[in-house]
Amino acid sequence: MAYLQGSFPIIQKQQFNSDTYSFYIRCPEMAAQTVPGQFVNLKIPGFSLRRPISVCQRDDEVLRLVFQIRGEGTKELAALEPGMKADLLGPLGNGFPQLPPKAKVILAGGGIGVPPLLALAQVYGRNATALLGFRNKESLILEGEFAAECDTRVATDDGSFGYHGFVTGLLERRLSEGPADMIFACGPLAMLKGIADIAEKNQIPCKVSVEERMACGIGACLVCACRTVRDGKEIYSHVCTDGPVFDSREVVL
Amino acid sequence: MNLEVKIAGVTFKNPIILASGCCGFGQEYDKFYPMEALGGLSLKGLTPNERQGNPPPRVAETPSGMLNSVGLQNPGIDAFLERELPNLAGRDTVKIANAAGATVEEYAYMAQRLDASPIDMIEANISCPNVKQGGAAFGTDCSMAAQVVTAMRKNTTKPLMVKLSPNVTDIVSIAKSVEDAGADAISLINTLLGMRIDISTRRPVLHQNVGGLSGPAVFPIALRMVWQVAGAVKIPVVGLGGIAKWQDVIEMMIAGAKAVQIGAALFGDPFTPVKILEGIQQWMEQKGISDINDIIGSVQPY
Ligand SMILES: Cc1cc2nc3c(=O)[nH]c(=O)nc-3n(C[C@H](O)[C@H](O)[C@H](O)COP(=O)(O)OP(=O)(O)OC[C@H]3O[C@@H](n4cnc5c(N)ncnc54)[C@H](O)[C@@H]3O)c2cc1C
Ligand SMILES: Cc1cc2nc3c(=O)[nH]c(=O)nc-3n(C[C@H](O)[C@H](O)[C@H](O)COP(=O)(O)O)c2cc1C
Ligand code: FES
Repeated sequence: MAYLQGSFPIIQKQQFNSDTYSFYIRCPEMAAQTVPGQFVNLKIPGFSLRRPISVCQRDDEVLRLVFQIRGEGTKELAALEPGMKADLLGPLGNGFPQLPPKAKVILAGGGIGVPPLLALAQVYGRNATALLGFRNKESLILEGEFAAECDTRVATDDGSFGYHGFVTGLLERRLSEGPADMIFACGPLAMLKGIADIAEKNQIPCKVSVEERMACGIGACLVCACRTVRDGKEIYSHVCTDGPVFDSREVVL
Repeated sequence: MNLEVKIAGVTFKNPIILASGCCGFGQEYDKFYPMEALGGLSLKGLTPNERQGNPPPRVAETPSGMLNSVGLQNPGIDAFLERELPNLAGRDTVKIANAAGATVEEYAYMAQRLDASPIDMIEANISCPNVKQGGAAFGTDCSMAAQVVTAMRKNTTKPLMVKLSPNVTDIVSIAKSVEDAGADAISLINTLLGMRIDISTRRPVLHQNVGGLSGPAVFPIALRMVWQVAGAVKIPVVGLGGIAKWQDVIEMMIAGAKAVQIGAALFGDPFTPVKILEGIQQWMEQKGISDINDIIGSVQPY
């Protein structure tokens, strides 16, 4: 597979709440090669390092990215408008493993970890259960879009919407209703740990998407180290090429 | 138009080399453009045994640059020779092995192993700021630097380039020591020691607290050191540190570099080397310069 890099037009922009945005970017060649769970590395003028952002959805022409303002770079990114161009490097990373579309899967997302799971909701449709956690009602994103594809349940930390509690609580409930073939999870570390523990207890394979600071995004610089266990030995794998999706038993969370 | 340069008997089709630690073992940027476009590749730093490197975070952004604290993560010389180097067989670009060790004996061992390999050139890394033992300790002391080079020289007839650390007060005396000890060429600079702190957590951004600074921010320092060293030694000098555009390369070469290496700039724009080559050729055409060698060391200092 070749890597692609170039400047591509932003064709649509959405703002969900005070700090979360969605960009649709027309980049046919890159979009055609992208699979769910992969990411792009975005160059923002004035910043030396690119910013990794997961692909939320794709079709044959367009990639959709959803991101939250976290610091100076993402703030600058949010200022881009339709018609302007974004410099993308991608598609990067391994993506989520593919199961037969009939497989029963659970999509567990927390906060800004929710968007990359939307592509999976489209693949597995009604065989998927999405468990989405947010801080509160104001930070809720994409709930309607998930609900249009699959069984969708929402938790908020403060109980202002849906289930009062964490995604782990929703997961326990979902598992009490019946088994699942795989859990896909993306979100804060504490959430991933909780999900991985429950998966382990219930003997369900679990894939987690993790984050680490990056430079090249393609395996050339080795900065994006992540503790993993392979053949009983602890090693540093690299999130940009060995990940961002790891088996929950293999990655040290 | 001639872009070819010769360093320690090795012919580079052009003076653009990818810097060690920034281009893996050559395969990654080959997915953007064939490595044959490049004069050479300086491969990821190698040690006698596998090293896992430092805990993350290993990278921090800085104004016009970055800090890294990778800590020489590499599979070790055996795995490199068995698994990585064969992938470069038959590829028409100069392959440089970047070698480090924790002791003089380890450097000597690296030279011995590489001597028996099809590698084109050895770059002794006596300047890594991210490892506890060896690394920069050898590059900041004239007699230690000379010991390493003498020991490696005994074990290899391959062209031996020595990569210097900028974290010294007198770069010229280090350069002269390695020249006297038998180095065939010098490359400089490795990264400068730096630091960033997250003001909300009061924690350093890097898990190692400190790390090596590279990128455009270091260019003027690198240029100054290349100029000083090129004026003081007879062996060829390869310049690096902060190069991001063709003008930087011309500047480095006018200062005395026979070739250059490109590191951190790759992360922002993977096509940097290709764009630089285009820029250099256009500039030479405009200026009526037919041989790039004509500009090397042509600075007219006051
Ligand atoms: C594989 C992957 C996928 C991601 N997908 C998304 C996504 O879909 N949506 C989204 O909003 N965010 C995503 N992130 C996180 C996003 O990369 C960071 O929020 C962003 O880099 C912050 O940049 P900044 O300039 O605003 O923050 P600053 O804190 O100013 O950034 C300083 C440096 O730290 C790095 N950095 C800071 N936080 C992170 C982080 N959490 N992960 C990696 N690098 C970080 C920056 O890239 C930059 O190099 C993803 C991260 C990774 C690794
Ligand atoms: C992520 C990273 C890893 C590096 N690893 C090595 C290494 O293994 N050996 C070495 O000699 N230099 C290493 N360096 C230093 C570079 O080769 C180069 O000397 C330095 O980055 C300055 O050049 P630049 O500004 O073009 O990046 C590394 C630099 C970076 C950014
Ligand atoms: S970011 Fe360079 S190896 Fe992962």
